[in-house]
Amino acid sequence: MPTWLTIEEYRTLTAVCERLIPADQTPGAAEAGVPDYIDGLLGAFSFDPPRIWAGGSFSGRHGGQPGFARFHRLAALDELAWRTRIEGSLGRPEREFNGVVVGLQERYREGLAALGPDFCDCDPDEQDLRLRSLATFTQLVYDHSCEGMYGAPEYGGNRDAVAWSGIGFAGDVEPRGWTDHEVSEA
Amino acid sequence: MDRPRGIGGVTVDAIIVGSGPGGSTVADILTAAGWSVVIFEKGRNHLIDLEHPHRLADDFSNDEIKFTNRHFLGPDPFLEPRTFRTGPEDGDHSFVGDVNSIPSTVGGGGTHADGKVPRFREEDFGLLSTYGPQPGASVADWPLTYADLEPFYANVERRIGVSGDAAANPLAAWRSGPYPMPPGPSMYGAVLSTAAAETLGYHPYPAPGATNSVPYDGRPPCNNCGFCAFFGCPIHAKGDPVAMLQRALMTGNAEIRPETFVSRIRTDGRRATGVGFIGPDGVERSMDARYVVVAGGAVETPRLLLLSGFDHPLIGRHLMVHFQTIAAGGFADLRFHAERGRAVTHLHDDAVVPDDASRKAATQAGLPWMRGGIVEHGGPGLPILEAKLYRWGPTHKENMRRSPLRDRLWAFTMQGEDLPVATNRIDLDPTVRDVRGFPVARYTYKPHQHELAASAHHGPRMAAILEAMGAEWTSVATSPGSVEGPGGRASVDAPMSRHVMGTVRMGEDPATSVADSNGCLHQLSNVVIADSSVFVTSSGYGPTLTLAALAARFATAMVS
Ligand SMILES: Cc1cc2nc3c(=O)[nH]c(=O)nc-3n(C[C@H](O)[C@H](O)[C@H](O)COP(=O)(O)OP(=O)(O)OC[C@H]3O[C@@H](n4cnc5c(N)ncnc54)[C@H](O)[C@@H]3O)c2cc1C
Ligand code: SF4
Repeated sequence: MPTWLTIEEYRTLTAVCERLIPADQTPGAAEAGVPDYIDGLLGAFSFDPPRIWAGGSFSGRHGGQPGFARFHRLAALDELAWRTRIEGSLGRPEREFNGVVVGLQERYREGLAALGPDFCDCDPDEQDLRLRSLATFTQLVYDHSCEGMYGAPEYGGNRDAVAWSGIGFAGDVEPRGWTDHEVSEA
Repeated sequence: MDRPRGIGGVTVDAIIVGSGPGGSTVADILTAAGWSVVIFEKGRNHLIDLEHPHRLADDFSNDEIKFTNRHFLGPDPFLEPRTFRTGPEDGDHSFVGDVNSIPSTVGGGGTHADGKVPRFREEDFGLLSTYGPQPGASVADWPLTYADLEPFYANVERRIGVSGDAAANPLAAWRSGPYPMPPGPSMYGAVLSTAAAETLGYHPYPAPGATNSVPYDGRPPCNNCGFCAFFGCPIHAKGDPVAMLQRALMTGNAEIRPETFVSRIRTDGRRATGVGFIGPDGVERSMDARYVVVAGGAVETPRLLLLSGFDHPLIGRHLMVHFQTIAAGGFADLRFHAERGRAVTHLHDDAVVPDDASRKAATQAGLPWMRGGIVEHGGPGLPILEAKLYRWGPTHKENMRRSPLRDRLWAFTMQGEDLPVATNRIDLDPTVRDVRGFPVARYTYKPHQHELAASAHHGPRMAAILEAMGAEWTSVATSPGSVEGPGGRASVDAPMSRHVMGTVRMGEDPATSVADSNGCLHQLSNVVIADSSVFVTSSGYGPTLTLAALAARFATAMVS
């Protein structure tokens, strides 16, 4: 079950992400969990602490105590910033000191709707055509897809670090790090 | 534990605004001399436990989402935007958002710099007497010399913990002793690029680094995790400036107040009496002090002076930001694995020192002289940043696997000297506010002809090194953005370099400078400016070690 999107929206988003980063010999965005990364951002405040900043110092993938899954608590101003960014300013004066802010939730809801209720059933060429006609929205989803794909798995994407292994990237490496030899040699 | 006595209306010895490298250096020296100090920091604390025994925090991590996409170290551009314009012809501003901001957090920009901390050269303190004036710029000598500052350079290299090789750079200024630590390992790409640079007659050397190469001050050596520039160090192997803050706290004479914005310096007309501040509860309060040290960085420091109603006409003027020239080259047969190590381990200084070719280029551009800046070998190699550069669709994953723009790319970045120009400035934006309701800092900035000509001269030379390394293609770009040749018009984007300087100029004459050679405001002698705001000229070197050395000099003058 998605956290914030409706089932329908989640389906459309999954199809979009898979067009942006399609599978080839390694998994694409859908299988890597990118839609969960985006849904997790849109619904970050349904968790306590909100899923904005993963914890430190280590993930546990290369030793040390796993801490990434323990998300940081937000200070009051951090919460104001992230709620505004996600939910929009919603007419509240404390969020509109420099004007109205359109939130990510609204941009996703409208963008996904604008792609059409039949988006998932269209052939790939038609899907790409619609994505190109909504360039600003597509760019937003693509930027988030890159984050979800190649960011830490604790944020919901890059499931089992599948995108990192697909490109030969080790990901977070503390506290193991790299030896001097690994740094200086080919 | 003893607490500084500013709380409850009793005067503390010094209030320090900002906990970056400048403020931390001052705190270290004042507390060691027994002064009571309160450090106000508007950002959050992710660095160090504020309670005894001041254990280093475990908030930093190898996490590209948190640090480079979600503003973990601040400033959040929604809460604290800045604005930019090239000149009044752009109207009030042409851009609102993140204008080359440096972290706003306990430790300031020191926490996520990858810490290349070279010293300036001798002539950097006397450009006017060495090379003479430049039309359209306010070139001047500093009110102090390299020799005056050398003991403080040596002092802060020990405080911060700097690794380097004193014999490696033939173009470096003289020094009274070795570096506290030997250099760390060379990036693989830098092994290749330094060899190529040497064949062309350049003098690359291991960058002096504010990163431990051996255990130092109770902190471990760097283990090359690769998430360095833009990230806090998970194992606290960066010395800049955590060591100084921890030491200051351990004396019991210092208190750090995070999430607390200093909105105004209070005065009685002749002297500063303290500050007004707004803490996490949003309530405005005040605190008295004998001295107010301002170390908010070269953008926020003049902003605070202007918010306080100080009226010296030069406050905010002579803003300097290193002019970046970036040469990149593609190598189909190499993989640089820049995700291992500290990204930039080598520099060369040849573009800083004029030679026959650059003198000729200056003459052709109609300039009396011309200087570039340090050339950094390489840069970080992280995948989210890379992924966003490629087109979406079926080619995306093949690009990520082949990695032409990360793993098979090597780059040089020149941090070009930016001349001081009076119309380049920070002032208060007329309409945009921060979350607390205060006007934000506005940049008005365009490069001088000097920077454009120096970039046009040195860019192809950096590309030639890439060709000598075997690059299949090279390209040269600049920040601020693409600019036309001599006489051309500067583009409208804000500069990217985080080396910002010069907005509270230092000098002997109150008519041509705002602060004196001890960092004290001419108008209010117990207000001390301890950051790169006081720089008279920008040199072509990263500002951090020099601003820390100045802060050490100013603090030493305060306690003696
Ligand atoms: C990615 C990156 C890489 C860098 N690499 C290098 C490098 O290799 N070499 C180099 O020399 N430099 C480098 N720099 C620049 C370096 O970070 C700065 O020169 C340095 O941090 C400046 O130190 P400072 O103490 O003057 O100010 P800052 O580090 O900016 O600290 C100022 C602090 O004051 C706080 N503050 C400001 N105003 C107020 C107020 N009104 N009330 C309360 N608090 C306030 C801010 O929140 C901030 O934390 C780099 C910067 C970045 C971002
Ligand atoms: S590369 Fe070294 S200094 Fe930089 S963050 Fe990693 S361990 Fe710390």
